[in-house]
Amino acid sequence: MVDVTLPPCLRDVEAVRSVRTPAQLDYRFTAGHATSRFLQAITEKRIVGQRAPGGRVYLPPRGADPELGQPTPEEVEVAQVGTVTSFCVVNLQFYGSVMEIPYVSALILLDGADLSIMHLIQEVPADEVRIGMRVEAVWRDDADIEPTLESIKWFRPTGEPDDTDVRIPGEDHGTGLGSWVGGVAPTEGLVRNPRTGVGGTGP
Amino acid sequence: MRDVAVISTAQTPARRRVEDLNEVEMLMPAIGGVLGRVDMTIDDIGFTCSGSTDYLAGVGFSFVSTLDGVGPWPPIQESHVEMDGAWALYEAWVKLQLGELDTALVYSYSKSSPGDLPMVLTRQLDPYTVAPLWPDSVSLAALQARAALDAGLVSTEAMAAVVARSRKSALDNPNAQLAWDRSTDDALAEPHSVAPLRRSDCPPITDGAAAIVLAAGDVARDKVDRPAWIRGIDHRIEPMALGLRDLTVSASTRLAGERAGISDGPVDVAELHAPFSHQELILRQALGLADHDNVNPSGGALAANAMLTAGLVRIIEVAERIGAGEAGRGVAHATSGPCLQQNLVCVLEGDDR
Repeated sequence: MVDVTLPPCLRDVEAVRSVRTPAQLDYRFTAGHATSRFLQAITEKRIVGQRAPGGRVYLPPRGADPELGQPTPEEVEVAQVGTVTSFCVVNLQFYGSVMEIPYVSALILLDGADLSIMHLIQEVPADEVRIGMRVEAVWRDDADIEPTLESIKWFRPTGEPDDTDVRIPGEDHGTGLGSWVGGVAPTEGLVRNPRTGVGGTGP
Repeated sequence: MRDVAVISTAQTPARRRVEDLNEVEMLMPAIGGVLGRVDMTIDDIGFTCSGSTDYLAGVGFSFVSTLDGVGPWPPIQESHVEMDGAWALYEAWVKLQLGELDTALVYSYSKSSPGDLPMVLTRQLDPYTVAPLWPDSVSLAALQARAALDAGLVSTEAMAAVVARSRKSALDNPNAQLAWDRSTDDALAEPHSVAPLRRSDCPPITDGAAAIVLAAGDVARDKVDRPAWIRGIDHRIEPMALGLRDLTVSASTRLAGERAGISDGPVDVAELHAPFSHQELILRQALGLADHDNVNPSGGALAANAMLTAGLVRIIEVAERIGAGEAGRGVAHATSGPCLQQNLVCVLEGDDR
């Protein structure tokens, strides 16, 4: 047996129950070619994605197409108007948040894009936001535009009729949880392979 | 044991700072290269395993976004280790041993340039009593070098000879980052950086990526003339607490080398993952290669040391020499953690000619 009794000099010392060891590391983040061009376009109040050889437009672009495993060199400007594909009403105040609750954080599929971006919905009561709602970007004042998606302050309703046929990215072919079709995971048999054309019993 | 071989390799050139590319953009040429070289696509791969860590680039879940560069759709069989790619290769090798798949893609990458690497590496230490002191990786290596010097197991002259030989060998390595032809005396004339280490005893900070394709049996023979067969592979770890280890020797390397069967045949070439010069001397002792005359012909980690990648690159360097017929049998070693805490040894061999 190992002797685990404390030496006499420590017997009256108060036991340590916890320690705080704060850590901070600073990084100089590299956005890369694709995302840098996206951010530069934002400074011109344009929203630019990249089109993959298979036709999908990724936004924001990271430079790689997960279907073909290839670069996505073709730039495509997308609309500043889009459709809410999903949303969440935030009712809790949390550390670092400057938003007044309740507020709405939403996934917005801009016209011409094949990936939703996440952004705020404002200028409408939270309980009126819905899937299919058409929204448009509201930019900061020109003097405050910077290479960040926060240069768009939020999105607001356009007043157009809802898109009742709202297409949720991946619904047809599967990307992540939302892509389960009829309770079945998007496996090889269910999903067409974009490289080989094999498989795909789904739509 | 099922015959599994390295049949294709690729590296991106080691650079101090890959500033214009994000991680997936940096990785894609290695993936495209390693598959293209053996006329394969991701659809020909049974299992994919990668090695990387979010701490280096400071990006959460970075391996998920780099996976895009592989073409993982429809869903592929895939895994990731928060370790050097050599351990990703080990996982893939085990997977192929199961016998249900014949091919595997292994890759790893890192961008160390966005952060302060010696400080970032403190985060792998014991979080209660050591990490809060922020002992940087160079200082810990210097402690080890001091212990080895005091024990008489290494000398400053031998360390300088490792430095001079490695950087000179690197002149022939197009992927190397640090290469020069200077004498041992030049190295010894340098002032200490963190005594007893001089700047040239330390590895460069590197951004880079590397990839390997593994194949079993006849699939390997069909694809290439001379597969580099994995004849033995083993990895061992020592305690996290630095005070519980004898830093002057590498018990885990010795054990891994024995289990991998180094001494079962001749060693034509050895690539040892020794980021600091004294560590090559410790590793040579542990592997029975003290006087071997063909260690780290690539220049080793002193010439390019992409974190989590330099170990996989050692396997690549040995496999390429076997594939080219320059070597019949070789040893590759990878390390992880501070002061050679964890070590992997892989013995590779070509077919008799």
